[in-house]
Amino acid sequence: MKKIFERPQALTDKPLHYCPGCTHGIIHRLVAQAIDQLGVRTRTIGVCPVGCAVFAYEYFNCDMVQAAHGRAAAVATGVKRVHPDRVVFTYQGDGDLAAIGMAETIHAAARGEKFTTIFVNNAIYGMTGGQMAPTTLVGQKTTTTPFGRDVENTGMPIKVSELLSTIDRAVYIARVSVHNPRHVIQAGRAIRKAFEFQLRGLGFTMVEVLSTCPTNWGLSPLEALTWLEEHMLPVYPLGEFRKPAEEEAV
Amino acid sequence: MLMRGNEAFAEGVLRAGCRYTFAYPITPQSEIVHFLARRLPEAGGVFLQVESEVAAVNMVFGAAAAGARAMTSSSSPGISLMQEGISYLVGARLPCVIINVMRGGPGLGNIAPSQGDYLQAVKGGGHGDYRLIVLAPSSVPEIIELMELAFELADTYRNPVLVLGDGVLGQMMEPVAVHEEKPVILPEKPWAVTGQGDRPERNIISSLHIVPEDNERFNRELERVQKEIRRREQRAEEYRLDDADLILVAFGTVARVAKAVVDRARAEGLRVGLIRPVTLWPFPDDAVSRAAARVDGFLVVEMNLGQMVEDVRLAVNGRKPVHFYGRPGGTVPTVREVWNEVKRIKEVTGDKEDLRAAAGTNG
Repeated sequence: MKKIFERPQALTDKPLHYCPGCTHGIIHRLVAQAIDQLGVRTRTIGVCPVGCAVFAYEYFNCDMVQAAHGRAAAVATGVKRVHPDRVVFTYQGDGDLAAIGMAETIHAAARGEKFTTIFVNNAIYGMTGGQMAPTTLVGQKTTTTPFGRDVENTGMPIKVSELLSTIDRAVYIARVSVHNPRHVIQAGRAIRKAFEFQLRGLGFTMVEVLSTCPTNWGLSPLEALTWLEEHMLPVYPLGEFRKPAEEEAV
Repeated sequence: MLMRGNEAFAEGVLRAGCRYTFAYPITPQSEIVHFLARRLPEAGGVFLQVESEVAAVNMVFGAAAAGARAMTSSSSPGISLMQEGISYLVGARLPCVIINVMRGGPGLGNIAPSQGDYLQAVKGGGHGDYRLIVLAPSSVPEIIELMELAFELADTYRNPVLVLGDGVLGQMMEPVAVHEEKPVILPEKPWAVTGQGDRPERNIISSLHIVPEDNERFNRELERVQKEIRRREQRAEEYRLDDADLILVAFGTVARVAKAVVDRARAEGLRVGLIRPVTLWPFPDDAVSRAAARVDGFLVVEMNLGQMVEDVRLAVNGRKPVHFYGRPGGTVPTVREVWNEVKRIKEVTGDKEDLRAAAGTNG
């Protein structure tokens, strides 16, 4: 019988610890698939964050480093500077990247560090118990904004892709979502592109992936997908905010 | 050739075969990074001035994880910012070298020479149950020597090594006999992340041991390594100890002052010697303990309010009086001040009871 679907080689067979309905599993698969398609698994080095994806080193079947909270971009810089011919990626959540690690991220992009960041944005802190993230929507209830995020008190959500797209050495900045199969496929394409541009040594690449947190949002997995579509997409529009010029891209 | 202390730190980095430096500017260590910014690229290395000390130490983490010899250099407030990363470096068993050219604190303090970071350096500073190997040169030629040793010790024990200097040591110029630079044979690091390549297993660098028993096992392993370091790596210079009945204990810049005091005391017929710890961790307990068996007392001299004196007292373990003289906040004790202190102690050492009483009021 012809095999038409299998686990990517770049994923181990370790069962994921993520909550039911969380889309980290889908995003892991997309990253692994991109690594497989480019045939770079044995020369890939991943950097995982603090937060829900802290155990990503158990799942990605390549050399992995576990970084301090927010410091993945700095750690990846060190790794890539030593091994410029390897494929290096960070996998980070919104608390990790957009709060404590914002400086490291912006400056890695500004220097044009040639690694790829996968930025998983679910608008909330997952691991620590559903607190407000920099990406939490206005009015969104979390354990630290029990009456809804109040702009006067805590300001506006940070739009990381838009922010980084102002940086010249960021060559590919895209925001995708994984709330339905069509978008999952588009997300996979964007992630693969980011890795391709890295392989061509063009500069910093980041794909922001809108993701769900049914547990901390207090919704069923299906409701969470709908909530993402209805509430997150209007605030966080999808698209390629920055990409290489045509001649560089081919 | 005549060389400045800070340049000697940088020369030591190059001679040790380290080719990766990540740093954020801070006085009074600037010449270290100026030198490396110029010399590392021509040596095929990477010098990166980055956005913060936090980023710098984490880039060192990445480069060390990738198997390279890597270092960063800073001064007291910058080292405080690096403490998170230093704890992670130990937790991930990553070798690297960190230079701290200390200045007066706490807070912004000043840029004058100080030894106020002794406790932070040798007792921790970051979170968790760990020790750094801490080296303290007291002359420009010794800086180069100890920088080379620092990288070797880091690799041997897979532990970060901190090298402590201060503004005087960084700025002073002394003649250095520069020997021919030898090619450094870097040790194999089969645990490093390099991309799996042909290895049968992939490598993972992590400081996370979520199960308490696993984390205890890891901490026990750190303990085993620490014990080995304590047993094998204690270093101290012993100066005119033979018949000494009072021993000065001092490190780094102020050990030079103490040495001058010893010479003056000897010239006046007083039997005074010096123990200069070269490794601050592991502290040279054995040298101090041996001396405690045969001398009348100790005088610890520091550029702080009394930090290393705690380690001397531990090594002496109550057997003899341990006096202390220190100047904090970026001031350097003068030979005259320390000499007066020696005379004050010596005047009462004729009678052992008096000496103990003196230690009680002053120590």
